[in-house]
Amino acid sequence: MMAFFRVAALVMRKDLTVEVRSREILYTTIFFAVSCVLVFAFALVKEGRPLEDAAAGIMWISVAFSGTLALGRTFERERHAETLRALMLAPASRPALYVGKLLGIVLLLLVVEAVLVPLVGLLFHAPIANSPFRLMALLVLGTIGFSAVGTLFAAMLVRARSRDVMLPILLYPITIPVIIAGVRGTAALLEPVPAVELADMWMALLAFFDIVFVTLALWTFEPLMTE
Amino acid sequence: MAKVYPVLTLVAMALFAVAPAVVARTPVEATMGLVQKIFYYHVPAAMVMFIAASVCGVASAVYLFRARPGADRLAVAAAELTVVFGLIVLVTGPLWARKSWGVWWQWDARLTSTLLMWMIFVACLMVRRFGGAGAEKLSAAMALFGMANVPFVYISVNIWRTLHPTTAVIPKLPGGMRGPFWFCALSFMLLFGLLLALRVRLEERRAEVEELYLVADHD
Repeated sequence: MMAFFRVAALVMRKDLTVEVRSREILYTTIFFAVSCVLVFAFALVKEGRPLEDAAAGIMWISVAFSGTLALGRTFERERHAETLRALMLAPASRPALYVGKLLGIVLLLLVVEAVLVPLVGLLFHAPIANSPFRLMALLVLGTIGFSAVGTLFAAMLVRARSRDVMLPILLYPITIPVIIAGVRGTAALLEPVPAVELADMWMALLAFFDIVFVTLALWTFEPLMTE
Repeated sequence: MAKVYPVLTLVAMALFAVAPAVVARTPVEATMGLVQKIFYYHVPAAMVMFIAASVCGVASAVYLFRARPGADRLAVAAAELTVVFGLIVLVTGPLWARKSWGVWWQWDARLTSTLLMWMIFVACLMVRRFGGAGAEKLSAAMALFGMANVPFVYISVNIWRTLHPTTAVIPKLPGGMRGPFWFCALSFMLLFGLLLALRVRLEERRAEVEELYLVADHD
């Protein structure tokens, strides 16, 4: 059991080290997320007044879009350097590799969200500081659910043809429940008086999705990545 | 075995030809009137969609963990039928909703989750068609996630308050409606079994032809 977490931590550290040295995916993803929010701002802010209740939706759409980009890039790097094969040849359990990759992507997306969420709050007049810890918990849970499915499919798509198109096609139908729960929960928190109980209900649902998705992914990663 | 198929096809055709007459004789529902009759097609199609999705999910799991080519063929056939019967559900549903709820579509839990499940199986077929080599495994993983949706879609009406009627409607059907309903349900299930078997057979023939090609190339 200890070996499992050690391998996961090593894979995550490897990914983060590569990322810290180049900062390629981080910078491009943040830039993409910011442009995404700006596009929404141009579309939905009229005469200085943002559309009511739009903030939560825009936040999660931007997370989903930039997350897809980050997932694709992370594995593209592995493919380019032929390092995924090396990882697979390593005498380590496949689920541990999966968890390592997943943690790396979740951390990366959380950094992106740290920029994205205040920006949405600023541009759409959303009171994001109303209940900050609940909002953080929602974002963490939602990001885990989204990345759990994303990591699995992005890893599998490494060898497939037309992987850039296939990733969103596979990812969105499965992760829309996570996005729905995230949007509804966030919208409840961004009310003038935060609807805490409602947000907690959606948070519980997100935790449920996380458990289902991570379990399914851990279960299928091994046979899927065997050639 | 092959001789059974024409007979079953005739039986299925006869059942579907008789079905409108059977449905016409059922009592007219008090509040919704004539439009309620769509129920006899909508619900059986939904039942078959759930069965097809489950068959596809189980076959995909067997294919992933045991690598049996037969399971993969069953999974393709079931995925295609999930999409076909799902389309029937998604077309008849809004037609009925327009008359009884006044809107074509409502983003409630049942409708949303059904649409998402249907999209997962469409994606499943797309990745198989356009994904290139090794796409069967991707498609199988997708089907597993799709199957995970089935119980969720089924119970969604009982958990959330939705416009869509709950699952308690079926066991509580009045006498005049129960017989025709199960008649339609069995017709749909027979059609599903038949199409599934034929589709699997087609896949088997394709695999055989491919093997023969390989042998011919080799000589």
